[in-house]
Amino acid sequence: MSLILDVKNLTKRFGGVVANNDISFDVKAGEILGIIGPNGAGKSTLFDLITNFQTPDSGHVFFQGREITGLRPDRISKLGIARTFQKLKPFSDLTVTENVMVGALARTPHMPEARNAALEALAFVDLLEKRNHFARELSTGQRKRLELARGLAMEPRLILMDEVTGGVDQRTIPGLVELVLELKRRGTTIVTIEHNMQVMMRISDRILALYAGRRIAFGPPQEVSNDPAVVDAYLGGTPDAA
Amino acid sequence: MSKEFIIQAIVSGVLMGLIYALVAVGLSLIFGLMEIVNFAHGEFLMWAMYASFWFWVLGLDPLFALPLVAALLGLAGLLVHYGIIRRLLTAPMLAQVCGTFGLAVAMRAAAQYLWTPDFRTITNPLIAGRVQIGPIFIGQPQLVAGAVCLLAFVLLWLFVTRTETGLALQATAQDRQAAAVMGIPTERMSALGWAIGLGCVGVAGTMLSTFFYVFPDVGASFAPLAFVAVALGGFGSILGSLVAGVLIGLVESLGGLLIDPSYKTLIVFGLYLAVVLVRPMGLFGRF
Amino acid sequence: MPSDQARMLEAARAEPLWPKPPAWATALGAVGAAVLLAYPLLITSTFAQHTMILIFLYAVMAQSWNVIAGLSGQISLGHAMFFGIGAYTVGVLDTKFGITPWIGIVVGMLLAALAAVAVGIPTLRLKGHYFAIATLLIGSSVQIIFARWDWVGAASGLFLPLKRGSPWLDFQFHTSKVPYYYLSLAVAVLAFLVVWRLRRSRLGFRLQALRDDADAAASLGIAVARHKVLAFMISGAMMAAAGSFYTQYVLVLDPERVFSIDISIIVVLMTVVGGSGTLWGPALGAALLVPLSEYSRIWFGSTGRTIDLMIYGALIVAICMWRPSGLLSLFAERIRRRAASP
Repeated sequence: MSLILDVKNLTKRFGGVVANNDISFDVKAGEILGIIGPNGAGKSTLFDLITNFQTPDSGHVFFQGREITGLRPDRISKLGIARTFQKLKPFSDLTVTENVMVGALARTPHMPEARNAALEALAFVDLLEKRNHFARELSTGQRKRLELARGLAMEPRLILMDEVTGGVDQRTIPGLVELVLELKRRGTTIVTIEHNMQVMMRISDRILALYAGRRIAFGPPQEVSNDPAVVDAYLGGTPDAA
Repeated sequence: MSKEFIIQAIVSGVLMGLIYALVAVGLSLIFGLMEIVNFAHGEFLMWAMYASFWFWVLGLDPLFALPLVAALLGLAGLLVHYGIIRRLLTAPMLAQVCGTFGLAVAMRAAAQYLWTPDFRTITNPLIAGRVQIGPIFIGQPQLVAGAVCLLAFVLLWLFVTRTETGLALQATAQDRQAAAVMGIPTERMSALGWAIGLGCVGVAGTMLSTFFYVFPDVGASFAPLAFVAVALGGFGSILGSLVAGVLIGLVESLGGLLIDPSYKTLIVFGLYLAVVLVRPMGLFGRF
Repeated sequence: MPSDQARMLEAARAEPLWPKPPAWATALGAVGAAVLLAYPLLITSTFAQHTMILIFLYAVMAQSWNVIAGLSGQISLGHAMFFGIGAYTVGVLDTKFGITPWIGIVVGMLLAALAAVAVGIPTLRLKGHYFAIATLLIGSSVQIIFARWDWVGAASGLFLPLKRGSPWLDFQFHTSKVPYYYLSLAVAVLAFLVVWRLRRSRLGFRLQALRDDADAAASLGIAVARHKVLAFMISGAMMAAAGSFYTQYVLVLDPERVFSIDISIIVVLMTVVGGSGTLWGPALGAALLVPLSEYSRIWFGSTGRTIDLMIYGALIVAICMWRPSGLLSLFAERIRRRAASP
């Protein structure tokens, strides 16, 4: 399998705090890579550094063999990287369909085509019912699925998903898991941040574990979950991460 | 150009700058507390000047009207906060800007309607004439105005840094949520911010009215300078407002002297743009 | 249940891309259009015609501001600068070079778009409030500069030469307001079409997206800064067209008049009162404000000049507090853009 994303030695400091300390990992085309770690481990910062919403202090990011470090976020997304945000960012005054159309318009200028692509993405995340509602009227779980649909409508090669199952109705989690697996079957590469360890173990091909801004383990789920550093971090760490 | 001219310009620039600073600090305080720019700030200054003027017509010298005007403006601050601003806090930005902007339009139009567009002046105030210090002359009203504004600033500084309420105010400005968690009534702190902010404008307006024309558009000519001062000093920074206000007074008077009086406003605006573009958080401020 | 999903997808695809206006709205529109076209023929009072011309002109200005503030969320408080650029371009080209205003209008729009680039590239990076303040200051700076610029008549401005040739070629009509009426109506319709088209285009979608959330917009491949500048250019050019038209209408111009802060204020008031970001809001705002100011001028004489602004200022505060989406939403809420699907 070829590498789709290659992250080398990313470091980001905020004042005295090192949010990401010399993080390296890679993602193979077609796999699901899970990122785990307690709150404040630097998971979301890592997404921001990859997509350059925050500029890394040092380190490099390669996407499909091309260096993308320092490229503008919109340029990066045009290369084929979609992402969702931990703090949700819907276009509140647009309807659900229109929100997703904005994503589809990244690859087609034709409105009818964009609309149909948007409807398909909405059907995929099971949000078609709400298509004519304004985004501001959706529940948190629905907004998460909206962000996912918006990103998917770009037909990205790689999608970075930030806690898609966090804070949503527990009953919807199996559906979301199925959705992610279906996405993988369609050939999209996925990097996902999750707190839910059970889900993570089941769907991930490999797992990257962060703790206090450092990489403490990287490898297949079994290996990572037995890693003494990970066990240590979680037993001594925050209960919600277990 | 003689040395006297330059010293003269520096002194009058600093004195005027102290007034700008006091106007700006209110703006800064309000923004620091709730991230709202009061686009009606200049109009409150104008109303304060009218208040001072009408007290003078009734026979009360501006110097004695000072506490009354400050109190009235403080009261207006409370009214504005509880009557209007509270509802705007969660509104979209367009509504926040246009809310205070609309207030400015209404206040200016009301002043024009009530008091006509005429220029008015307070003649023969208690303090008048000029004093000579060495080679330079300073208008006494300007000197007193500068001194009063500086005094107000010192009092404000002592209040914010030395009293419990002042510290709570600062805490609220720094991190509203954390302050609320610690049991600080943040809502009341915002109201207090408006009261103090407009109270400062009351003081500045009264002092300004002793030597400046009073007319409906007077606020519109001072407010941009206050915006510049706040942007320079950093929104939310009290000391920043002081330094920036004085700096603007200096730039204006020296620029007027050295380049061309008619371009002094341009120089100040240019300063704003230069600073905001290079350092959006201002010279001293957090962003 | 995939078949359910498939059926719903089928139904969704079958919905029209843009909702069809209800029959009564189409009928109302047709009647309105007929009234507007027949108006100057039926109502010959110069004052009534003048009021309508101003409504059309202000509707263009409000529509211009609607593009930058309503659609893209960037609050410009110095929009008079574009109005003035349009006014001065036709004025200077006519008085200095004898160039017809028809060309002047186009040049004015181009220059305004250029000015929008020059102003926009540095300032549109700023956060909301800072951009608003920057435009406020730049707006008054431009006024100061023109008031000192001798070549264009400094503070006294320019008087356009009266022409007795062909009125349509010279864009000067001395005997009747009717040509001005139809011309301003045409400009208003054009401005309206620009916004209508924008709201249904990729560009318009992108502007609204970055207005609601710039980060999310960037994550979907939208070059945020470039799109803001683009919106500013379109908006500036529209404003300049209004300025050019105004100059041909009154045939004088001076900095006090065409770069007035009042112009910058009024476009904000009209758009927000009517409903920013909407298609009809700016026109509604103009249709309310212009008669209010024209009639208050008549009823209250010179001192009453400000009653309209007092009412309007208070109205806008109230609207921001209780109905930030503008008066139009009072109706729009009922016939909501797209009713929730069954």
